[in-house]
Amino acid sequence: MTPDREVAIVAFAQTDHLRRTDELSEVEMVMPVLHEVLRQTGCKTSDIGFTCSGSSDYLAGRAFSFTMALDGVGAWPPISESHVEMDGAWALYEAWVKLLTGEADTALVYAYGKSSPGSVRDVLSRQLDPYYLAPLWPDSVALAALQARALIDAGHTDEPELAAVAARSRQDASANPHAQLPGARPQGDYVVAPLRTGDCPPVGDGAAAVILATGDRARELCARPAWIRGMDHRIEAHALGVRDLTDSPSTRLAAERAGAFDRPVDTAELHAPFSSQEVVLRRALDLDERVRVNPSGGALAANPVMAAGLVRLGEAAARIHRGASDRALAHATSGPCLQQNLVAVLEGDSRA
Amino acid sequence: MPKEPVAVVGIGQTKHVAARRDVSIAGLVREAALRALEDAELTWADIDAVVIGKAPDFFEGLMMPELYLADALGAVGKPMLRVHTAGSVGGSTALVAANLVSARVHRTVLTLAFEKQSESNAMWGLSLPVPFQQPLLAGAGGFFAPHVRAYMRRTGAPDTVGSLVAYKDRRNALKNPYAHLHEHDITLEKVQASPMLWDPIRYSETCPSSDGACAMILTDRAGAERSPRPPAWVHGGAMRSEPTLFAGKDFVSPQAGKDCAADVYRQAGITDPRREIDAVEMYVPFSWYEPMWLENLGFAEEGEGWKLTEAGVTELDGDLPVNPSGGVLSTNPIGASGMIRFAEAALQVRGRAGEHQVDGARRALGHAYGGGAQFFSMWLVGDRPPAV
Repeated sequence: MTPDREVAIVAFAQTDHLRRTDELSEVEMVMPVLHEVLRQTGCKTSDIGFTCSGSSDYLAGRAFSFTMALDGVGAWPPISESHVEMDGAWALYEAWVKLLTGEADTALVYAYGKSSPGSVRDVLSRQLDPYYLAPLWPDSVALAALQARALIDAGHTDEPELAAVAARSRQDASANPHAQLPGARPQGDYVVAPLRTGDCPPVGDGAAAVILATGDRARELCARPAWIRGMDHRIEAHALGVRDLTDSPSTRLAAERAGAFDRPVDTAELHAPFSSQEVVLRRALDLDERVRVNPSGGALAANPVMAAGLVRLGEAAARIHRGASDRALAHATSGPCLQQNLVAVLEGDSRA
Repeated sequence: MPKEPVAVVGIGQTKHVAARRDVSIAGLVREAALRALEDAELTWADIDAVVIGKAPDFFEGLMMPELYLADALGAVGKPMLRVHTAGSVGGSTALVAANLVSARVHRTVLTLAFEKQSESNAMWGLSLPVPFQQPLLAGAGGFFAPHVRAYMRRTGAPDTVGSLVAYKDRRNALKNPYAHLHEHDITLEKVQASPMLWDPIRYSETCPSSDGACAMILTDRAGAERSPRPPAWVHGGAMRSEPTLFAGKDFVSPQAGKDCAADVYRQAGITDPRREIDAVEMYVPFSWYEPMWLENLGFAEEGEGWKLTEAGVTELDGDLPVNPSGGVLSTNPIGASGMIRFAEAALQVRGRAGEHQVDGARRALGHAYGGGAQFFSMWLVGDRPPAV
């Protein structure tokens, strides 16, 4: 939807995304990015009107894992604060809504995920229908492979095209100092056919944070704020058997509601952990070659689960901050085979 | 542009019980949602977005249940958000949904919270080992008992106050058809004779483990005008959080709770909560939290909360009824418990609380807390729209 109150992303920070961070607790992983966005804006914790985070207990392997991260935020005196058990992109959405109500004019949003303590392929299978599907332990790569196979069978892509997506992403990630897999990578063997190692995201740990601000406050805090012109998210049916896996109607609808099709975008940061999912999203969003897709390298180069969607919003905003984009689309996904999708349209003020 | 006023036009709960073996998690939440739609005389097509909450995923062993529940809650093709703020989540979830309406992002929102504790074991869900961190060991009671003891020592409250609260809430629950515990033969002596679990908290002063769900339909001014039954209007809502453990924390009366209440009262124009609020649904999982929260929420001076309880002020027919529904002490599907407090407050001002209706309730407070008494969410609802 298109808001009648101006809200912008004014700062973004992310960790270096790493295969393992055994020496760091979640709090220790989050603290540097919190400090970094506060430093960028000159804000103190006490200047922030609302705080919202995204994470998942299932990655941490314990209940209430987010409570400890909150201790690190320094919630004293007490703060106005909330948490979504989702990717941080949805925490940003909750914070955006809060700013639209007028109850706050700045918000701190953070997200983190450590996949290294467990097997993320198995952990994500716990998202599935607990009575019929989860007991079979279908893992996230196997489900993505079903989707990739459907795409190939429908003639929407082929294995060489998927390999090209994978290669381009890692090549672009060479310019991203935070990426886990920068530079050329072999496409490798099949993990689950038709997906090869190169078509799959790295498993890793990471965190991200952004600061949002409204109107003139945003202009004070950032030379070129990334204005959120619209944002929407939609969910689809859970059972894969009742969805057309070659399409993403939820992404298309969210994009439409966010105003993405009103004018062309120059950049798209897509949360596509698998190369095949970029094919689905490009089609749903009508992106052609003129749009720069995932200049950061995307989730194929770094996929900190629960933060990767927020990173897309942050990367798109950062491109606007530094003048590399004027109108960018950011996308986040959740659930098996792109079940749930969020789209935001970000713009910089026009340059005279 | 001022915020859009938010109205509660539909409320639905399941009959809360120890184990709903006859329904899946999807079946449970759908039951509450359908009852809320029926109350509002709306259909799934009228709902623009769904906001769902529950406590930790380990309580059912299902990660991010909103994904699996999208179909059951009519959310396919719609936005769906999942909130998790520990025990306060039911309240926070309602507030996130209310913000969607007040910001005019959506006009009519279904909000729902649930816990199906029989699917797993909440005690173990809370007891997963974490290296280098102090475990809570004996579940929530073990964590909160020392703070109750500190309250007793600080205020000189006689050790009978807790049993009075439990006796009252369990009797109120008999008037609420959805309450989990219906102890028809309850007496004060039975409460006082029940086993000591975490000194000074006795078995009968402790909440049960319940399966249950609660749903509400929130809508804007235009939606409220079409409502077939009187709506409840949101006059104020807030969340506050503070750290779990730090040297300056007052576990007896956390600052976050005081700040949250003050913010809600400011929004609602309440200057004397004791006189201006007609009914309170507060989150009392262990009986002693009633007198503690009476002080924390500004209904009594510090050290005086237990005197209100002892004098019968908080009884259903007292002048500040607390937990007319029977409260968390009688019904505790953890993730839903906060939303039940919010919903019961709304039922009171809609005049639709049935046998546990407080006569002439015009303003009611719904309260929830969670974590190590660190997360708070509250709303104040009234029978009239808020002044713009």
